[in-house]
Amino acid sequence: MSPSTRASDTDKGVRSTIPSAGRSAWDRLRRRRTAAAGLVVLGMLLASSLAAPLLMGDPDAVDFAAVLQSPSPAHPLGTDQLGRDLLTRVIYGGRISFLIGALAVLLALAAGIPVGVISGYAGGTVDLLVQRGVDLLLAFPGFLLALTLIAVLGVGVTNVVVSVAVAAIPVYVRLVRGATLVIREQTYIEAARALGAGDRAIILRHVLPNCLTPLIVQSTLQLGAAILTAAGLGFLGLGVRPPTPEWGTMLGEGQTYLLSYWFIATFPGLAIFLVVMAFNLVGDGLRDALDPRAGARG
Amino acid sequence: MRAPLGRYVVRRLLYALPTLLGVTLAVFLLVRLIPGDPARLIAGLLASDDEVQRLRVELGLDRPMPEQYARFLASVLAGNFGLSAVTRTPVIEEIGIRMRATLTLAVTSTALAVAAGLSAGVLAAAYHNTAVDYAVMMAALGGVSVPVFWLGIMLMLLFAVHLHWVPAGGSGTPAHLILPAVTLAAFSTAIVARMTRGSLLETLNLDFVRTARAKGIGEGAVIIRHALRNALIPVVTVVGLQFGTLLGGAVLTETTFAWPGLGRLLVSAITARDYPVIQGIVIVFAAMFVVVNLVTDLLYVAVDPRIRYG
Repeated sequence: MSPSTRASDTDKGVRSTIPSAGRSAWDRLRRRRTAAAGLVVLGMLLASSLAAPLLMGDPDAVDFAAVLQSPSPAHPLGTDQLGRDLLTRVIYGGRISFLIGALAVLLALAAGIPVGVISGYAGGTVDLLVQRGVDLLLAFPGFLLALTLIAVLGVGVTNVVVSVAVAAIPVYVRLVRGATLVIREQTYIEAARALGAGDRAIILRHVLPNCLTPLIVQSTLQLGAAILTAAGLGFLGLGVRPPTPEWGTMLGEGQTYLLSYWFIATFPGLAIFLVVMAFNLVGDGLRDALDPRAGARG
Repeated sequence: MRAPLGRYVVRRLLYALPTLLGVTLAVFLLVRLIPGDPARLIAGLLASDDEVQRLRVELGLDRPMPEQYARFLASVLAGNFGLSAVTRTPVIEEIGIRMRATLTLAVTSTALAVAAGLSAGVLAAAYHNTAVDYAVMMAALGGVSVPVFWLGIMLMLLFAVHLHWVPAGGSGTPAHLILPAVTLAAFSTAIVARMTRGSLLETLNLDFVRTARAKGIGEGAVIIRHALRNALIPVVTVVGLQFGTLLGGAVLTETTFAWPGLGRLLVSAITARDYPVIQGIVIVFAAMFVVVNLVTDLLYVAVDPRIRYG
């Protein structure tokens, strides 16, 4: 193999090549079971978030007579420095986290899909420019990019969504562009074109449906990543503003008390951990179920 | 036959330059996107009107954009990031003071992640489909899912508050480094372990490994001496890419443990709207990431046994 071919491989291609694990039927079965577990956890957390106003009281209800209380029957997860019930706030926190995750992923999809399709379909100078733009975004480590955007835009739910989404766009552009490049060269596309199908029809009927599987898998994993990034910003005091019960913000807000009152430190973080792990399990399971040939990250 | 490698290195170096230029342009434009008077923003809220006016002329903010960028780029290249809007000290000095702490943390964590991730990945592959494999994969799932700041807090509660083994935060002694380094390494360790396992399992199915086994070499030697070298190739790449996540995680870890690095400085600069410091640190972080990726790509060529350069 000549060095120059190998060298060009290292530029781009190899990075996306992830080895697929040698897997047995048992392996696949186990994964499907863990994916189902992830789905159950997600379902429960989502349901409790949606039903929060029916199940729980006011998450912002301050009670100075019950400040920093350990878990008890009245307050199963304890109370925070303002006497607010932690269980209520953790459950309400799910609403904010799911909302931010979903909006950020939708926004990233809305921007990433068209740009990726155009880049892959048009080729030439357009493709080159888009790819340099993507390289530029990727030159900033993801969390740092979101942090920098927050520095410019300021804090608050909308800006958190935008920052997290922008950091996720390059992933989608790459993914859709790659798929488009492959599909564009297929014989049936040539046939469709010969039959008089325009670019628009080809993109809508052939290119996009073919991107669907990787997009679903990626978006599931990205939901977890988006929630994690938003929580990180919240922890730094640069995300959702208090008193909104976002999990990361709750930890950041209670920073002074974290080492003295274990329940303040433990439960909001545990909630983030569970949600992200569940999205990862479901994402990995979906990848295996939908595309057995795709690489396994684990 | 050194020429092809030389050419590749040069090409890869040239490829990194436009990215670095783009980074400075992006940061330049971002700060100018903020509504309000850039001179006022850069001077800080404490500056007098005279100072703001002086800065406006000094930075050429009354000139056309391309000229402004040229000036900005020239000063950045000269290592001049301006004065902090809060402390009035040169930004480059503040960065210099904090840089060592961040590098110490990042390098220690990377070393930890490579050592622990490789070992765990090799174990999982060697004992494929056993309890060992299962435990490693569960731990790796935990590692990629856990919020780094929460992991830090939990480790602090356990090892500093309850067991008193290590200090809870701050810096100064090697003992201070343990918890932050372990915390920051968790995510990368998990990624390295998954990648090593997957890559090794795939390599173990290749012909040359079968040949080695057929020669009667023990399974341990097959893995360590034959398969691992090949399996390492994608692992090298992933360690490089992980470095970006690591820098982002460093911001959170440093804040959690009161570690006096660049990440914590960045967070306080954002809170204080100290734009010269923000600009400087973001450029330095992005440059570090670009350079690490460059080194990774070059290392990649070095570890691939299928290529022989001279």
